[in-house]
Amino acid sequence: MNAQDQIRSRAFQRRKRVNFLALALSMGAMAFGLFWLFWILWETFRLGLDGLVWATVTQMTPPPNEAGGIANAIYGSFLMVLLATFVGTPIGIMAGIYLAEYEPKGWLAEVTRFVNDILLSAPSIVIGLFVYAVVVTRFKSFSGWAGVMALALIVIPVVIRTTENMLQLVPSAMREAAYALGTPKWKVILMITLRAARAGVVTGVLLAVARISGETAPLLFTALSNQFWTSNLSDPMASLPVTIFKFAMSPYENWQQLAWAGVLLITVTVLGLNILARVLTRHKG
Amino acid sequence: MEPISNPAETPAPKISVRNLDFFYGKFHALKNINLDIPQNKVTAFIGPSGCGKSTLLRVFNRMFELYPDQRAQGEVLLDGENLLTSKEDVALLRAKVGMVFQKPTPFPMSIFDNIAFGIKLFESLSATDLEERVEWALRKAALWNEVKDKLKQSGSSLSGGQQQRLCIARGIAIKPEVILLDEPCSALDPISTAKIEELITELKDDYTVVIVTHNMQQAARCSDYTAYMYLGDLVEFGSTEQMFFKPTRKETEDYITGRFG
Repeated sequence: MNAQDQIRSRAFQRRKRVNFLALALSMGAMAFGLFWLFWILWETFRLGLDGLVWATVTQMTPPPNEAGGIANAIYGSFLMVLLATFVGTPIGIMAGIYLAEYEPKGWLAEVTRFVNDILLSAPSIVIGLFVYAVVVTRFKSFSGWAGVMALALIVIPVVIRTTENMLQLVPSAMREAAYALGTPKWKVILMITLRAARAGVVTGVLLAVARISGETAPLLFTALSNQFWTSNLSDPMASLPVTIFKFAMSPYENWQQLAWAGVLLITVTVLGLNILARVLTRHKG
Repeated sequence: MEPISNPAETPAPKISVRNLDFFYGKFHALKNINLDIPQNKVTAFIGPSGCGKSTLLRVFNRMFELYPDQRAQGEVLLDGENLLTSKEDVALLRAKVGMVFQKPTPFPMSIFDNIAFGIKLFESLSATDLEERVEWALRKAALWNEVKDKLKQSGSSLSGGQQQRLCIARGIAIKPEVILLDEPCSALDPISTAKIEELITELKDDYTVVIVTHNMQQAARCSDYTAYMYLGDLVEFGSTEQMFFKPTRKETEDYITGRFG
């Protein structure tokens, strides 16, 4: 059979049709997904941009039907997310190092991995209630610290998982080469493997930050909210998600407007973090 | 199987292997190996895949100890001292016995730091001394002229052949006594291979070199002594000339002439 006959053959035509069909279905699925994503983004910008004026980011949350902003909520979110990341990242990275580099097949690692998977998929409201029961009821007060703790508990499993996965991607040949020079184990991990996995680990942290900046449930029972600006983490503290939750449900138009502005801020921040994470993984050495 | 060797011709051994057995879990990978690796010579290990030549190499710097199910029995004497039971820190052994791997493994840092990393593990040199040592190692590995203007660039920006010479320079920089090369050219093109082979011949003036290779011509070209291994046995060991032109054993001849079956 020569080439001409092959092109005309029924098997070839059938293969071409199947290929076209598969391609069309995948394109359709992609378009369907993107359609909703872009609609969400569009609506967020359409409704949020109007509320995004200077006063929004400089003034405190107002009473109903009065002018104001969400500065205290932005600040509260920033503070709690920052601290939760500072607390959660080292714990997560160190646990991830243990799982990937020290006895990855030991029973302790297996148990840790299993428990971590549970924590990773635990509904965030469960974590919020846990911190409520352990911290808030004991100290008889909602507080920024409780919020930080709840958020840190969400950061830790994400960072553990990505750190472990990224370290496992480092070729064992590189580890062996480092040992072959007479490098002690801690130095191999710190200066070679962790460094090789740097971009991936940072990406994991960024994704964890993106995740907690939008979490409402764990803050609802812990930091609660605060109408005023506060840096005192022992007080209840305002946050963007909780403020959005409260304002968007309200019948007051100015509150709804501020809620949309808050939504836009969170969306842009999370989008920015995700893009940053993408760029970092692409430039992986 | 009793290996045939010609000890009369061999000069002073740097490494002596005595009754060495090696196990991967229950698998008996090296069977009663006895071998003298002469000082300041190039010794090649040849044999089909899975014959144990890399395994033997990885005993010399106790690399196998990274994996808990691997175990060596017997003696490996480095300058007369059994390195398997030595109380000496394994890091110091590895500083004396350097290794270069099949695939180039530049560390995720600059070219300069790739070389400086190993040096800093064992010595604290001043900045100028460190720079001098790095240059010395890169010259020794015939890489200096190609990288002297881009020492700050990442090691992985180099070509495969350059990366492999970088790894050799990294090993040389800590001034080892023995250099183990585990199929150093199998991932390289012929031109890079030629450069590395040339380098190997030069290295033996200062170091004892042991090379594992799948390439018979390579063993013939750059080694002084050759060991032929098969299924965990050392079949024959002798000068490369004798091994390639008048091997004592039929198996060796069959493998070398390509009639292996």
